[in-house]
Amino acid sequence: MAYISCEDLTLGYDGKAVTKHINFNVSKGDYLCIVGENGAGKSTLMKTILGLQKPMSGQIVHGDGIKPYEIGYLPQQTIVQKDFPASVYEIVLSGTLSKCGRRPFYTKAEKELAKENMEKMAIWDLRKKCYRNLSGGQQQRVLLARALCATTNILLLDEPVSGLDPKVTAEFYQMIYQLNKNGVTIIMVSHDIYAATKYASHILHVGKKQMFFGKTADYLESEPYRLFGHEREDEDEDEDDDE
Amino acid sequence: MTMSEYIDKLRYYLQFPFVRYALIVGILIALCSSLLGVTLVLKRYSFIGDGLSHVAFGAIAVATVMDLADTTWFTMPVTVIAAILLLRTGQNAKIKGDAAIAMLSVGSLAVGYMLMNVFSTSSNISGDVCSTLFGSTSILTLNQEEVWLCVILSLVVIAVFIIFYNKIFAVTFDENFSKATGIRAERYNLLIAVMIAVIIVLGMNLVGSLLISALIIFPALSAMRVIQNFKGVVVCSVIISVCCALMGMLVSILFSTPVGSTIVVADMVVFLIFTLIGAIKK
Repeated sequence: MAYISCEDLTLGYDGKAVTKHINFNVSKGDYLCIVGENGAGKSTLMKTILGLQKPMSGQIVHGDGIKPYEIGYLPQQTIVQKDFPASVYEIVLSGTLSKCGRRPFYTKAEKELAKENMEKMAIWDLRKKCYRNLSGGQQQRVLLARALCATTNILLLDEPVSGLDPKVTAEFYQMIYQLNKNGVTIIMVSHDIYAATKYASHILHVGKKQMFFGKTADYLESEPYRLFGHEREDEDEDEDDDE
Repeated sequence: MTMSEYIDKLRYYLQFPFVRYALIVGILIALCSSLLGVTLVLKRYSFIGDGLSHVAFGAIAVATVMDLADTTWFTMPVTVIAAILLLRTGQNAKIKGDAAIAMLSVGSLAVGYMLMNVFSTSSNISGDVCSTLFGSTSILTLNQEEVWLCVILSLVVIAVFIIFYNKIFAVTFDENFSKATGIRAERYNLLIAVMIAVIIVLGMNLVGSLLISALIIFPALSAMRVIQNFKGVVVCSVIISVCCALMGMLVSILFSTPVGSTIVVADMVVFLIFTLIGAIKK
């Protein structure tokens, strides 16, 4: 049984469908990358998987002992967070909140868990630092530690490397890859087709409809990849020109 | 006057129970408003506070015209309902939240003033309007029942804030993450809005409906210039707010300045000082 199975999802908002006929599943240990053009509904799909919004039709089935709320989430940064006065420790600890249930305060167990994950992400020394003063890479590690406090099974990452410099991006991918090797299932929405095909075990390509779902090796041979991949290359070249 | 003369004057005023009531109520209101101010500023809800204070003004006008003995019992529910409605429209992407609030706030201001003018039996209409807008004297005319109501509601707000502190933090910092991990973010948004409404109605006694937003946002903004963690910001803004309120009230007693604006000016001075400190620290 898969952790998450999506059956014929139609996604959209305000009654307008963005993408249709989405079928895929994610099993324990998978590393799934969701790729596609801007506006193809990648972030909408992510929000639907997280239960933040309902699909217009179709359903999401959770299995293999995963409850809907046991998904760790690494969101895109919001404007609010850019100047939010919170320490690293406060933010990571807030990831354990779902474990508190009705209890209003954190116990020792939750503080231990937060510490453990901060050490794992090498940010324990930064714990008293203010989030808004950290570098982009450090901020992502803080949010990753928080997500790991919420789950040990499955992580969803929404465009995690946007705004990071190449070196930090490479480190970040390496870190995610390592987590995946240690048994954390990964779902990542990404622009970065090269990194997606390099690290992911599975690819989901969404457009107006589902273009491809399957193993990465098969994707590299597929028509959507040839079209999309080249288009991407052109775009990247343009970006280089701009710089 | 020398220092000792000031102290004697203060002692003389503090003999009167209504002055002591005013001090207690003022401090509690300052405390509560600054508690939620941090969340309000960070969630970009400051405008909701402003809109609600105008709604509360309209409600007071209606209550005055209807000749209700105790306006709070009318103003409070109306403001709470307005808070809930504003929050709903704010979440609806189709209606622009800020426009809805602007409409509601100027609308209630206009209706409130018109009602007071047309139907009021009082001989001093502009005085009434002025004291509702700027809270000039109402803090000194509180009766014991109003003081108790204020004390109880303030304690409830403080208790609720402490109990839900961790959740309020999580929802303020990252609503989507909180929702994804199963926290009912909407409920906490509602809780925040209702508490704001309660504080605004209470605070109108102290600084009036035009100035209550200042009481809510200034201490939080000041604290955010200097302090780098959430708990610290909350604690610091409470201290700033209480000190400013106390200073403002004492100054207004000694120099016969209007209470509300004196407190707000004190808050502004602190904001300037903290902005300077923040700039130097960087």
